[in-house]
Formats: sequence, structure tokens, C-alpha cells
Amino acid sequence: MNHPVVIVGASMGGLRTAESLRRFGYLGPITVIGEEIHKPYNRPPLSKDVLANEVTHEAVAFEERAATADVNWVLGTRAVSADFEHSRVTDSDDQVHQYSVLVIATGLRSKRLSVPNGDLASRFALRTLEDAISLRAELTPGKKVVIIGGGFIGCEVAATAVKLGCKVTVVHHSAHPMLRPLGPELAKELQSRHEAMGVTFKLKRSVIDLIGSTKVEGVLLDDGTVVEADVVMEAIGSHANVEWLSGNELDRNDGVLVDSAMRVMNRAGHAFPNIFAIGDVARFTNPVFDLEPRRVEHWNIPTETAKRAASVIASYLNKTENYPAILDDKFSPLPSFWSDQYDTHLLAFGLLALADKATLVAGELSGECVFEYTRGEQLVGVCGIGMRSIVQSYRAKFS
Amino acid sequence: MIKVEVDMAKCQHYGQCVFEAPDIFRLNEDDKLEYTAVADDSERANIEAAVDVCPMQAIRIVE
Repeated sequence: MNHPVVIVGASMGGLRTAESLRRFGYLGPITVIGEEIHKPYNRPPLSKDVLANEVTHEAVAFEERAATADVNWVLGTRAVSADFEHSRVTDSDDQVHQYSVLVIATGLRSKRLSVPNGDLASRFALRTLEDAISLRAELTPGKKVVIIGGGFIGCEVAATAVKLGCKVTVVHHSAHPMLRPLGPELAKELQSRHEAMGVTFKLKRSVIDLIGSTKVEGVLLDDGTVVEADVVMEAIGSHANVEWLSGNELDRNDGVLVDSAMRVMNRAGHAFPNIFAIGDVARFTNPVFDLEPRRVEHWNIPTETAKRAASVIASYLNKTENYPAILDDKFSPLPSFWSDQYDTHLLAFGLLALADKATLVAGELSGECVFEYTRGEQLVGVCGIGMRSIVQSYRAKFS
Repeated sequence: MIKVEVDMAKCQHYGQCVFEAPDIFRLNEDDKLEYTAVADDSERANIEAAVDVCPMQAIRIVE
């Protein structure tokens, strides 16, 4: 009997891998192991419209397709170890899963604030459906909400919380929210749009402790001020879920290093033929930008890397003649993301954070506009508020 | 032939589909999505890619 392709991670990347394996002609068994009890669902709405309305699995679930009806879903259990030498994964229920091919799609978890008085109720993060359900229950009119971290998720939750009638303060380490990806002009403009809606910013500040005895009552900032809080939402980034892979000779510096076929590399720089990593956890080189391997936490990357991996896996397992050619295919996905904050709708392509310069190329900062992001002479990104036809037209300039 | 359906109540006009299947989906002058509801089978892979990348999961292929 053939061992299944075992996909660890039942989020969008894991699902797209399973679906793409079928599309590329792999008809054998597939097992997907997922820590959450839910079948794959769409995460971006959890900080946006779904958080503003009703948070249910149904509202965000991906449609199930006929081609993957026979996938073996092992949910509500976590992979705790992988043994590359014997091709097996052990889960938190002590089940051992032998694999023909392993796909690592374990993604990220929220980074949490580490402070002396941290053992308090009413602290939240936002990654999973359960996170969104419990946060949503707290976002009621008049609540004082302190958001730690003014990146995209923090700012989206700020906008949603304001919409729900909360009093929102955002604590952020740099001079403007979303400064690093967007650059000073656009970041400052978005800050003023938030302020016009009633958000208070504590900028160039960090949180050194929480105040309260059983539940959060406030946050203590590094300048000694206390901001009152009924709810604290921590949006300070994420960790790659790679600890379960320890004991194998691979590069886990930041996520999992893979080659352009999404095959995991060992420390000597050789690719394992039957071990792949995809999605937020995969660190890969993208020739659109340069030769530096990076993890990319943008919307389309799980899907793009899943498809790339699945094309290679299907060819490898089906022993097709064109396997060497498939391995050599160029892989250069253009990262893409969007953000909705009030009536401001951002759409972006590329890796904006690589830029050393952001230039307004269309529209007006106070209304709809498009910014071009460059590193030296190289175009590395484009971001627009509205004006989507212009933003779209930039895609061609990357290829 | 393939029949494509976009739930316009869900669609937020992000235009991700436009890039995957430019012969089927387009943004008009007002940045709103327009699409061709019936397509040739040769477009299947592109349309499937568009279905996958739609942020709102608003696109369906009606078999």
C-alpha cells in the first residue's frame, strides 16, 4: 500500500495543496492534519467585515470541492514531531502517520506580549476563528479597547472596533501606524483618517506592563503613562510554527528554508525530494525581487506555493518524464494583499517593505491615490487607495 | 463551455481574478468588476486560479 501525502496544517495552504494535487493528477491518498477543529477557512475577514458582523465558521469556510472529497482530515490534533529518516509524523494524540511525501503547512501563531503582570483575563490576539469569536464578544459600545501594535491587523481591528462603538487606543513602536510597509506619507495619511474616526495613537511607545488584578484594567507604557483598558488586543506579529520539526537537519532560522520547488533544504543545502513547505512558514527566494530567501505573509502566497509544491509532488509520485523540467520551472509569484479600514480600501502588490522610497504617482493623498515603491531603481511594490485599475496595471511591470 | 458565477453581494472588487483570468474578468472605469459568464473550456485553469485567489471567495464555477 502507498503511504499518503501527509499535509500538516489545515488552513488555506493545506487545502490548496490537496486540491492542486488532484488537479495535477495525483490520485493517491491524502491526509491533512490540523490543530484547529475546523475545516479550512478564510482568515482575512476575521479582522474586517466578519468581525464587524457575526463570526461563524460558515461565514468564512472555504467551499469544499468534489475532487478532495476523499481527503482524510485529522482535525483537532497537532503534529508534535517529524522523523524525516523514517518518513513519519506523530500527532498530539500519539497517532503515527507514515508518509510518501510530507507537506509542512503549519503557518504562524500570534506573538504575545511578555510582561510581569501578564496573567490577566481580557487579553486577546487575532489569528484563529476562536480568537475572533471571543474578541467579537468583547467589542461592545463604550468599551475601552487598547490595541498593541499598529500594523495592518491592529489597524483593521481598530477600524472595526470603532465601527462597533468602542473607544480605541493604538500603541505603536514607530512614528506612524503601518509605517514600515507603507512609508511615511501614506502611513501618516492613514493615521489621520483613523484619528478623524476617533482613534487615539500612542506612537513611539511600547507596553512594559499590564495593570489589573484578575482582568486587564490598563496598560503601562514605557514613558510611565497608563492607558485605561477593558480589552487588550495584541497585534505584535507572529511566530512560525516550526518547533515540531526539531531533530531533523534543516534550516529553521526563520520558518523553513525551501528551494524554488518548495522542497525543504537540509543544513548542507540539499533538498529533500519528498519534504515540502508552503505558505507563511516557507522561506523561499523570489527572483521578482532578489536572491534573498524570505517568508512572505501575504494573501496569495499560500495558494501560489501550494500549487508550485503540488505540481512537483504529483510529478514526483507519478514518476512523470518531465519531472526534471518541472523542478526547473521558474517560481516568481507577485505577493498581493489588501486592507480595509473604514472607507479606505488599500490594494497592494509586491514587497513594499523592501523599498527605500515611496512616490505618489497618481491621485491625491487626501482622497484616492497610488504610490510606487522603489529600491534604488528597482520597482518593488505598488499600493493604492482606490484607483484599482491603475494599481492592477502595475502587475505587468513586474513580469 | 464553463459557466462562471460571481456573488456580487460578496465581491469587493479587489480585482485579483483579473490577473488570473484577464479574458473573463475586468475592472471597469469605476473600478467595479465585470465578467463574462460563459467561457470556453480552454479558460478552465485560469478561472480555477481566479476562484482560488478571490479574497471574498465570491467566484464559483457552475458545473
